Amino acid sequence: MLLFAGKRLASLVLTMFVSSIVIFGSLYLVPGDPAVYLAGSDKVTPEQLDALRAEYNLDDPFLTRYVDWLGGVLHGNFGQSLQYKESVGHLLAGRIPTSGLLVAYAGVLILVVGLTMGLIGALNRGAIDRAVLVIISATIAMPVFVSAVLLLTVFSVELGWFPATGGGAGLLDRLWHLTLPAIALALSLSGAVARVARASFVDSVDRDHVAVARSRGIPERHVVRRHVVRNALGPVATMAGLVIAGLIVTTTIVETAFGLNGIGSLLQRSVAQQDFPVVQAISLVVVAAFLVCNTIVDLLYPIIDPRVASWRRPA
Amino acid sequence: MSAASTTAAASRFRLRAIPGLAGPAPVIVSVTILAVVVIAAAIAPLITTFTPDQVDLAATLRPPGTAGHLLGTDSTGRDIFSRVIFGARVSLVPPLLVTALASAIGITLGVVCGWFGGMVDAGLSRVVDFLFAFPGLLVAMLAVALFGRGLTAPTVGLIVAFTPYVARLARNLVIQEKSRPYVEAYRQQGFGNHTIAFAKVLPNIAPTLLAQCALGFGYALVDLAALSYLGLGVQPPTADWGVMVAEGQDALVQGVAFPVLFPCIAVLLVVVAVNIVGDYLGDKLSGRVAA
Repeated sequence: MLLFAGKRLASLVLTMFVSSIVIFGSLYLVPGDPAVYLAGSDKVTPEQLDALRAEYNLDDPFLTRYVDWLGGVLHGNFGQSLQYKESVGHLLAGRIPTSGLLVAYAGVLILVVGLTMGLIGALNRGAIDRAVLVIISATIAMPVFVSAVLLLTVFSVELGWFPATGGGAGLLDRLWHLTLPAIALALSLSGAVARVARASFVDSVDRDHVAVARSRGIPERHVVRRHVVRNALGPVATMAGLVIAGLIVTTTIVETAFGLNGIGSLLQRSVAQQDFPVVQAISLVVVAAFLVCNTIVDLLYPIIDPRVASWRRPA
Repeated sequence: MSAASTTAAASRFRLRAIPGLAGPAPVIVSVTILAVVVIAAAIAPLITTFTPDQVDLAATLRPPGTAGHLLGTDSTGRDIFSRVIFGARVSLVPPLLVTALASAIGITLGVVCGWFGGMVDAGLSRVVDFLFAFPGLLVAMLAVALFGRGLTAPTVGLIVAFTPYVARLARNLVIQEKSRPYVEAYRQQGFGNHTIAFAKVLPNIAPTLLAQCALGFGYALVDLAALSYLGLGVQPPTADWGVMVAEGQDALVQGVAFPVLFPCIAVLLVVVAVNIVGDYLGDKLSGRVAA
């Protein structure tokens, strides 16, 4: 078990390391002088270019620069933003709470809605299940920006129930401002969890031990909780891990749509302005979050499903 | 499933591809919707009365049904119907390109890995596993940050991001297929490795791959539209569904919803239709596949 955990963690560190090389090195895919690219325009004086070269040590060999950069990153120093003239770490720190809260909020909604829909479908075969399947197909196809704009239209503009932009102050007000963005994410992403949950629950309901439990007069609530859901959680956890890990990028869309000041909208602005130090840092955060999420699911899998005795995810 | 029924499934697929054959109603409706959208996009100049970027400041935000403007006009008086129809070209062709190229590269890599195994497979599988850590939207945005806004960068980014998914599926399918008796039979008859892999095995797994491509097209369409919505893909004033939603949001804040709704409906219709067709192909043709 310790060996398995050790291997997973080692592979996490290794993948992170390779990702950092790819993200850092991608700057050198751009044809031409990196200094001109970082300056953001061709109309710069040679002196300005020299200053940029000096600031980013562009005259050093690639490996030296990479090691310098990685050393900085490991000490929490992500460099300077080109557009804000501010340290990237500082920019991120101010925005992480908003994005973190949004991801957590949306993650909870996705799990609750996904599991509920899956369970309703699996326990009520027939018309209700078919309706659930239709809803799942519709939500899976729903792009996040479409659900964001539709929610804005109905609940902010037409009904005026929720604010259309801004992040709010204080926890309750923040949650209030994040409600529509979180629902927008859940609307588009809970379908994927619901689909896997339904399939897994259906498979579980049909097992003999469930029929036996029912025939022995065990209360239905108990049967569902202990015998149906508990047995079927493995694949659901894997899917939920993937979806929640992906949320961190997807927030870019809702944060921009709802004018929230988070990591996602910072990424959107930095990409548009070609502010590479910021893009680099956020890409690293996104990939790290993705890998950590998946590693956690992998490590929890044997606890969720003790039948997987070898501490290995089934193929 | 035996080799014989595999080929039977493949030929059933060809039969069903003939138009007019029966299928479940949603599939027929979806195919019809997709056909209408594609034809409308192809003959766009013939069925629209305005060019997509013809500004008319005397006729802004006209409601749908106004004479001459079937779906109304946007906040600069451009005809929404013309923009939706012309926008179909910009919104559909790049995802098609992403799907085609990612499939071509991914299938080649996957078949080579699955068929030859060994070091090649181990090495490429590592790369593919690694690429899964990069969500498509992130790769596309990274590409835009490097090469600038427009369609080229995100299209290339999405090809890079989608290739591993196709490659892994093709690899797993080839490995399953490799152990079937018909492959050994071809070997006994003296067919070479490449011929069996690409001319005999590939056609048998093609339907499953095709189903995956349909779903991939939907993802590419959504990602590219989202990038254009974020102002990172197609640039205004070009008519694109994502751009139209972004531009319409100004009118939305003033309480006018239809400039945003029609491009949203267009995206939804196409994506739902593509998913239904993809799911149908997947269910019918790939019962033996665990992706």
